[in-house]
Amino acid sequence: METRKITKVDLIFEHIDPREVLVKAYKLGSEGIIQEMLDSGVKGRGGAGFPTGMKWKFCAAEPEPEKYIVCNADEGEPGTFKDREILDRVSYKVFGGMAIAARAVGARRGYVYLRGEYKFLMPQLLMELDGFHKMIDEIGYDFRIEFKLGSGAYICGEESALFESIEGKRGEPRNKPPYPTKCGLFGKPTVVNNVETLVNAVIIIKYGSEKYRSMGTQFSTGAKVFSVSGDTPTPGIYELELGMTCLEFVKEFGDGDAKAVQVGGAAGFCVPRKAFAKTIIGFEGVPTGGSMKLFNSSRSMYNVLHNYLDFFAEESCGQCTPCRIGTQQLLRGVEAVKRGEMKSAYLNELVKLAETMKISSKCGLGQSVGNAFNSIVENFREEIIY
Amino acid sequence: MINLTINSNPVAVPEGWTVLQAAEKLNVRIPTLCNHPDLCVAGNCRVCVVEQKDARTLIASCSQPATEGMEIMTNTLKVRNARKHIVELLLSEHRADCTKCYRNQNCELQALANEFAFGDHLFLDLVGEHEHLIDRTSASIIKDDSKCIRCQRCVRTCTELQKVSAIAVSGKGHEQKISTFHDRPISHVVCTNCGQCVNRCPTGALTEKTYIDHVWDAIYDPSKKVIVQTAPAVRVALGEDLGYDPGERVTGKLVSALRQLGFDYVLDTDFSADLTIMEEGTELLTRLKKALVDGDKETSLPMFTSCSPGWIKFIEHKYPELLPNLSTCKSPQQMFGALAKTYFADNVKVDPENIVSVSIMPCTAKKFEANRPEMRDSGYKDVDFVLTTRELAIMIKQAGIDFRRLDTSNYDSVMGESTGAAVIFGATGGVMEAALRTAYEIVTGKEVPFENINIMPVRGMEGVKEATIKIEGCLKEWSFLEGAELNVAIAHGLTNADKVMSAVARGEANYHFIEIMACPGGCIGGGGQPIPTSTAIRQNRIDAIYAEDMSMAIRKSHENPEVVAVYKNFLGEPNSHKAHELLHTHYVERMRY
Ligand SMILES: Cc1cc2nc3c(=O)[nH]c(=O)nc-3n(C[C@H](O)[C@H](O)[C@H](O)COP(=O)(O)O)c2cc1C
Ligand code: SF4
Repeated sequence: METRKITKVDLIFEHIDPREVLVKAYKLGSEGIIQEMLDSGVKGRGGAGFPTGMKWKFCAAEPEPEKYIVCNADEGEPGTFKDREILDRVSYKVFGGMAIAARAVGARRGYVYLRGEYKFLMPQLLMELDGFHKMIDEIGYDFRIEFKLGSGAYICGEESALFESIEGKRGEPRNKPPYPTKCGLFGKPTVVNNVETLVNAVIIIKYGSEKYRSMGTQFSTGAKVFSVSGDTPTPGIYELELGMTCLEFVKEFGDGDAKAVQVGGAAGFCVPRKAFAKTIIGFEGVPTGGSMKLFNSSRSMYNVLHNYLDFFAEESCGQCTPCRIGTQQLLRGVEAVKRGEMKSAYLNELVKLAETMKISSKCGLGQSVGNAFNSIVENFREEIIY
Repeated sequence: MINLTINSNPVAVPEGWTVLQAAEKLNVRIPTLCNHPDLCVAGNCRVCVVEQKDARTLIASCSQPATEGMEIMTNTLKVRNARKHIVELLLSEHRADCTKCYRNQNCELQALANEFAFGDHLFLDLVGEHEHLIDRTSASIIKDDSKCIRCQRCVRTCTELQKVSAIAVSGKGHEQKISTFHDRPISHVVCTNCGQCVNRCPTGALTEKTYIDHVWDAIYDPSKKVIVQTAPAVRVALGEDLGYDPGERVTGKLVSALRQLGFDYVLDTDFSADLTIMEEGTELLTRLKKALVDGDKETSLPMFTSCSPGWIKFIEHKYPELLPNLSTCKSPQQMFGALAKTYFADNVKVDPENIVSVSIMPCTAKKFEANRPEMRDSGYKDVDFVLTTRELAIMIKQAGIDFRRLDTSNYDSVMGESTGAAVIFGATGGVMEAALRTAYEIVTGKEVPFENINIMPVRGMEGVKEATIKIEGCLKEWSFLEGAELNVAIAHGLTNADKVMSAVARGEANYHFIEIMACPGGCIGGGGQPIPTSTAIRQNRIDAIYAEDMSMAIRKSHENPEVVAVYKNFLGEPNSHKAHELLHTHYVERMRY
């Protein structure tokens, strides 16, 4: 399998002339933009990794005249803080990506769903948005962006719950299908993308899909912003090409004593030391929305797991059975094993339960609890029991 | 058509059908829980998951549209294991004191547990993790969160069918629950007590407040005379709880059973339904005269019927500005109650103090209604205890009565005489039809101009029905109505009621008379009727109601001999002073949340 050495790049945060890119995109038109996006191979940076070009293509194909572009800036995954940085430093690129998406699919309105805790960014963002609207008007875009503030529920980052929330309802995921590109916000065809994905659209239009594809690997093209935290001497935000191994990553960011890396936050996977060398960070290996948390040997993996389960038991929206009750059972179950009230073999039942949650939960939250649970229990079983 | 296979059997279904519907077409049973035929798809219990070839996850068959070429397997090991887990999870959160539960043996969770989760518990018991208080504040409904499985059927019922939204989901994760506005007691929110949520709750989380033991106490109290009235809709539904198919009429056996239970007098709400027609019909004609002839600006039209206590509470909360349009007539139950401890007591020469008045109703809101402070015009509590159809079935079982073998018998007198007009009160459109049969005849001296006096335009399951009746050939004192077109509307289910009310409130409706029933299908779909319910079941009950009507010798309220007699001997005439005192009431404005 193709891998990459650690390669730092500076594309997301570099300052560019947005007008130039937006003029170029305007001239490319819908088909031109979508072709570039498809050719670039870019996949969503919000976690699920759906090919962005495909998403836009589906939405563009919908005959309905009213469509929406939604920027997902809910950034609720524990250990991610890159979207905040992007919005703080280069919001015009985020708006730019939305305008390009709008041009591609034929939308005239967009929403930025901003994590409630990032409210402090609003005054600055609104000012910048004003200037942005003027600029795109001059180019010829017919597009307006509005902000909506989230209210602190992790589940509202899930795209359909996010729509419900914007619509003023309780943030609960919807049944899929229908998918957002057909029936999204206000029941209209909608493109929802992560902040970083939208900035990638600007990069792709500016530099062309070929140049973009030259970064990363075949299945994970381009670069990505990583939020590095945990037991590291150098926490922070780094833009790296996709496709490095976990081992490369740990060599660069670890403190010399890393025993595990949690890739992708609570919803992601725990990679133990023995798997560092063979684990690729990217869509062909373990995907990540950007969160990379390192744990050294002083950490109790029981506590790590307990924290995640606590988080899920609280943040599950609660509507579906496997997730609402399953998260509580996993949490109470590991506690009972730890206290010796349940035999260690009970962990096997819990692993099976986590598998059921993966295949029967309604949305990505319940479906991903098993990632952390099973990878931690399988790799650090003794730490959970004793 | 969409072609797919289920368990390797091909099936073709129209576009838009779900996998579950496709399976039903093949007679493949997929278990469900949050799904209900009356409600929109939720897809949240996940009990109905099935395997789709090459799909990453299982799919919820209730919400998954069938697509071309799909290959579905409903009973693989993967599916069975997931279902077992899901049912076990639900049980781990559910206080399963089945043997003490009101829904024992009629519980969908219990049925699933029987199939998928017998034997040892797989998971930890989480019931103790939550502090569940049982809300007994309502006169009609008890809410026990420890039995709630969060299927949200009740929430969907309350918002979709009833547009009341007294209950909603609150909290998330382990704190998620079905709650009220600010977690207030049920008695202090917009709940109309209609009990539609109770009808659709798969478990014992929502039940009616039961008064069975109070009634047994009264029956066995030698100092009391216990009289019972039975609503029209009970006789076409009670059978369902006693082993009959929906739509079986059991009127005569019902009377015999009540006698065997020990009630001293078995009487009929039909009598007071006919009385209601006399009072309400007269009120309508009086209002029309005031408005059309006297030009009285104070007279509120259209007039709304007032038989359905769920509807009354709804309008008191949501459209208090329209309360003057509500007929001042009490419901048949309460008219009966007021007469029971006056007219009837005189008749049988019993001190009203010693009368216990019980009613058997298809309704949970009637329990609240009987407890309203206004309902004491006899000088006593007019109706002491209200039992639902379901509670009566329980009493019959408790008494060891072999219902099937009972002979039929007739109601006692006085206040036991019925007409076809009274019987159809049980179906949506029935009050309207009964009122028209009488009012038309009062005004013109002739029968309503419909074949067999069956006024078909006001019948049927459509949510809002409209009809126009042209009045021709008026008697002299009603000549001001000659040639007039009476516009009527009928709505059942409070969502439909709300549609009509908002049109009236906006001044966009030109109706004269509107019948509203809180429950889908009218009283036959009431919150106190046997569980389960569905459009088909309600239709069967309605068919039985109209069959009962056709079988009656007298089919017009004003011809009910006991009604004629009560006016002659006691009340004077319709809307007389005495009638107003006993048979009419007033309403209160309530808060909107
Ligand atoms: C529980 C849950 C939380 C999520 N939170 C976020 C989030 O905070 N930000 C985000 O961009 N995507 C989040 N997602 C993913 C979104 O549903 C959606 O896939 C994403 O916004 C699509 O954008 P992309 O294709 O550009 O990645 C979340 C998904 C789930 C299931
Ligand atoms: S998986 Fe969890 S978060 Fe998603 S719908 Fe089900 S309960 Fe809600």
